[in-house]
Amino acid sequence: MAQPETQQHPSGDNRFKLLDRAITKHHGSGDALIEVLHVAQGIFGFLETDLLVYIANALKLPLSRVYGVATFYHFFRLRPQGEHTFVLCTGTACYVKGATEIQKSVEQHCGCKFGETTADNKVSLISARCVGSCGLAPVAVLDGAVAGKLTAAHAVERISQWQEVAKEVAV
Amino acid sequence: MTIEDLRECAEKEQARQAQFTHRILYCSSAGCVSSGCDAVKAGLRKAIDELGLSKKCEMIGTGCLGLCGEGPLVFVQTDRTLYQHVDEKSARRIVEEHIGQGKRVEDYAVDLNDAFFASQKKIVLENMGRINAESIEEYIASEGYEALAKALTEMSPEDVIAEVRKSGLRGRGGAGYPTGLKWDIVRKGVADQKYIVCNADEGDPGAFMDRSVLEGDPHRVLEGMALAGYAVGATQGFVYARAEYPLAIDRLKTAIKQAERFGILGNRIFESGFNFRIDIRIGAGAFVCGEETALLRSVMGRRGRPKVRPPYPSEKGLWDKPTVINNVETFANIAPIIREGSAWFAGIGTPKSTGTKVFALAGKINRTGLVEVPMGIPLRKIIFDIGGGTPEGTEFKAAQTGGPSGGCIPKEHLDLPVDYESLPTVGSIMGSGGMIVMDSTSDMVDVAKYFMEFCMDESCGKCVPCRVGTRHIHGMLDKIVRGEATEVDFEFLKETCVMVKETSLCGLGQSAPNPVLSTIRFFEQEYTSKLISAHEFNGTGLSPLSGAKES
Repeated sequence: MAQPETQQHPSGDNRFKLLDRAITKHHGSGDALIEVLHVAQGIFGFLETDLLVYIANALKLPLSRVYGVATFYHFFRLRPQGEHTFVLCTGTACYVKGATEIQKSVEQHCGCKFGETTADNKVSLISARCVGSCGLAPVAVLDGAVAGKLTAAHAVERISQWQEVAKEVAV
Repeated sequence: MTIEDLRECAEKEQARQAQFTHRILYCSSAGCVSSGCDAVKAGLRKAIDELGLSKKCEMIGTGCLGLCGEGPLVFVQTDRTLYQHVDEKSARRIVEEHIGQGKRVEDYAVDLNDAFFASQKKIVLENMGRINAESIEEYIASEGYEALAKALTEMSPEDVIAEVRKSGLRGRGGAGYPTGLKWDIVRKGVADQKYIVCNADEGDPGAFMDRSVLEGDPHRVLEGMALAGYAVGATQGFVYARAEYPLAIDRLKTAIKQAERFGILGNRIFESGFNFRIDIRIGAGAFVCGEETALLRSVMGRRGRPKVRPPYPSEKGLWDKPTVINNVETFANIAPIIREGSAWFAGIGTPKSTGTKVFALAGKINRTGLVEVPMGIPLRKIIFDIGGGTPEGTEFKAAQTGGPSGGCIPKEHLDLPVDYESLPTVGSIMGSGGMIVMDSTSDMVDVAKYFMEFCMDESCGKCVPCRVGTRHIHGMLDKIVRGEATEVDFEFLKETCVMVKETSLCGLGQSAPNPVLSTIRFFEQEYTSKLISAHEFNGTGLSPLSGAKES
């Protein structure tokens, strides 16, 4: 199979080189679209429309297909995220153990709903289906670190800490 | 690598382990990682180095030790002592007193004769707490890859399928289709290429069995897949794993690399003519991709939308080629069956549901964690003997099995044997193994609404009954919870549930109403007590159709 051309992206952004490498690894095959999107999100943080166009060209796929796949899966983000992420598990075990209470308190504290980012762009609230740490329910993932047996008060406290640190820096 | 090389490797590893008088294993599964096992690891390491015990004692990370709610867990293998709630300080005490002076630290020790351990039968989880999850040598030393070597050198593909058929193994993803039969269909299919796919898209909320197996014993799954490949004549395998399980994906990648380096995956495995490769495909957070036809589309880089079956994947799967698709736990059972023989496996469990099943116990229960029990064990034993019952002051109300596709089992049916035939008689299913316990404080209508919200969000939108029906059902449940529904709504709810169940395209829609139907069946009173009369309804000024205030 012909290898896709790997040429410097016009913007001069070197991150595209990394992306090209991943595309070459999969021989530029359209079947590897999800793999390529994973890599792209890993490099760029989120999937901008321009990036999707670039991937569609590289894999020789219609843009509709790339956009369709990127929007179908919850894991892919089309918008940038806040500085910190608060991922609340809403799996059954966490639900039974009171994740809804945490959700309400956190939403009230942040002034935005899950799936959104606070106005100051500091904290993104994300809900996950199940992070698989059911033994420690209720669970949240704070900037990649799992926090088990969480309470509403503790969750709000952790978020305030993030916000305060941010404020101090701003002053 | 030849079979002799494999034995030599096993002996070398056993000799290496025999140098140490003690082996300390700390649980390095996601549950204990979140309770802080890294600090414990550092604490153990420091204590071992400072006390000069590093020649005498080996420390390794192992798979899930079971008691996830009481982590971090540490296990001293030599004299089988399990410690719970370990922190840096107690880690030092364990090294000082147990390893140094040979005295158990009773303050943290768990009684291994307790029913939690005594009632379990471990096949899939046999290596948890025995081997290092990241070492192929340790897997080989505990009879790993012996089944594959045996099959490739002594058995024909037909023999392998016959063994699996005779063992009575059924699909552990929940549907319970006989594994041997599925393989036989793929074997008989005529195609230039066939595929093996491992479904590790464990989407049911409240289930973490597959993740624990992949994290704790990834080689066992690879061996099962390679055996399947040999049996049906496939040369390429895919593991479809959830993106939410980064640790499992890492361990799996390491395991594949190790197996390739040892010549256990790749070309001419064990000097036979059999070639087999395994690649990982990472999911991206769509529950419907647990459905086999949707999963296959996702492996091919498409939107995960189900297709009408037949044709089944065993006839037309990946790229329209015959494809075996089995769950992680099913593949994990294959190596022991080939190694120990089908008669041994068929002797465990019940005649129609053989072997064991792994359950993830969670919810309102004293001991949460991962358990493996023989099929046919009464539910009461799992919940009260193994799980220790519900927290003090509350009463057991129901156990939910099968996640959003399953149902609730109330206390009247606690003596029901847990197997593929019995659970459907009370409107639930075996499912993939999540078991959530609810106590007297749980509101069943609210629970049903929770599951329906899940199915509504996760519906892929391809067929109307599922896309629109789940939304309607959720709306009606919401109305009942708000206290604005009448008898008419309740009847309509029941009708809609039956319609969605009977007319949806795939398993997601067909089983989505199960939690509602099963809670109505056993807890109807909780629904009816929230209903209001037509007279009261008129007084609310709500529109009978939309439920919104009429202006």
